[in-house]
Amino acid sequence: MASRIRPYRRPPAAHDPPNDVAAYRSTALRHPARPLVVIPQTLSEITGPVHGYGPIGPLDSDLTRQHPGEPLGERIVIAGRVLDEDARPVPETLVEIWQANAAGRYAHAQDTHDAPRDANFSGAGRMLTDAAGGFRFTTIRPGAYPWGNHDNAWRPAHVHFSVFGHSFLTRLMTQMYFPGDPLLALDPIFNAVPTARGREQLVAAFDLDVTEPGRALGYRFDIVLRGRDATPPDE
Amino acid sequence: MLPPTPCQTVGPFFAILVPEQDRLSLVQDGTPGQRITVEGTIRDGAGHPIPDALVEIWQANADGNYNHPEDARNTEPDTTFDGFGRVHTNTAGRFRIETIKPGSVPGPGGRPQAPHLMVGLFARGLLTRLVTRIYFEDEPSNDGDPILAEVAPDRRPTLVAARREAGRYSHAIVLQGPAETVFFDV
Repeated sequence: MASRIRPYRRPPAAHDPPNDVAAYRSTALRHPARPLVVIPQTLSEITGPVHGYGPIGPLDSDLTRQHPGEPLGERIVIAGRVLDEDARPVPETLVEIWQANAAGRYAHAQDTHDAPRDANFSGAGRMLTDAAGGFRFTTIRPGAYPWGNHDNAWRPAHVHFSVFGHSFLTRLMTQMYFPGDPLLALDPIFNAVPTARGREQLVAAFDLDVTEPGRALGYRFDIVLRGRDATPPDE
Repeated sequence: MLPPTPCQTVGPFFAILVPEQDRLSLVQDGTPGQRITVEGTIRDGAGHPIPDALVEIWQANADGNYNHPEDARNTEPDTTFDGFGRVHTNTAGRFRIETIKPGSVPGPGGRPQAPHLMVGLFARGLLTRLVTRIYFEDEPSNDGDPILAEVAPDRRPTLVAARREAGRYSHAIVLQGPAETVFFDV
């Protein structure tokens, strides 16, 4: 009667950021102080929302065409693939992005940064990956913005990514950064990722092949989700 | 082999992507099963409500089936119940889920698991997703649940929603401190 469980690989040690990072002040009262309880993966964990929810419209992946006018800023394309750890494509899964406008301000009532709003930019997009795991968003390059973490603190320009994969265990929230940004070295959130390799994975690559001539600079950002464990299931 | 992409915080402004606040309904008119409401609060290590948390719920339907191709017991998909939803807390750190009591699903070795909701939690100040579960106080099968059995007895109550009246539960998620909720490494 029990479904056969094909478990997912546990993440490598010290690959994701820890939750307790003194340099990122908001973690102080929000990180669990007790160790996580390790549990086996059951049907509850290996299943999950595949498509997220809600209908996806044709303009949802082009953040420059969601309003009557065009948003201000440098038009960019972000293209990439969602893969698992064995480099297999993850098709038909929901990828979502959200970001600040070109001036570094979010279309959110509680963003009080004294920078211009842009009535032609909402800053949210979504699409399903294709059969090869591919996605492609058109947007504008977000601005850097100050935040209250420490004296003269600025977040590097970034685009938030939300990816589902095909399991509760593959769910990923992350941020994409831009190559060569001098703020990266100073950012406690980016630098909470413990390994140089991990931090490199969060930085998109400029890509002339993604660039649309005469229209938009191209960046490549591939995303790797947890893959299946190679060891046989225990039941 | 490729290492997985590291996670980062969801930050404070995800509401421009996820507008649903305060209340989440997973049911349709025709969804079979016992209707329940779970009223949740999320608090930090100082006991303050967290007004900017994102809560994701994943659960089985009333028969204990997941709407997913790897639940091999499914003969046909349940079109009245998807089992996924997300909601963000209000300024008082509260959220409300209207759903159905899930059925029992198999656990390790085929042992049945007590009815539970899977919870993924994101917030500013959290660099990873926290994973927890919500069980139900009035389920006798909690005593035999193979996942609760992995948790020290004195901490199990942090995973169990209190019954307020028929079909109405309340549940506190505490990120840090003496009443800290159990979070799982899955």
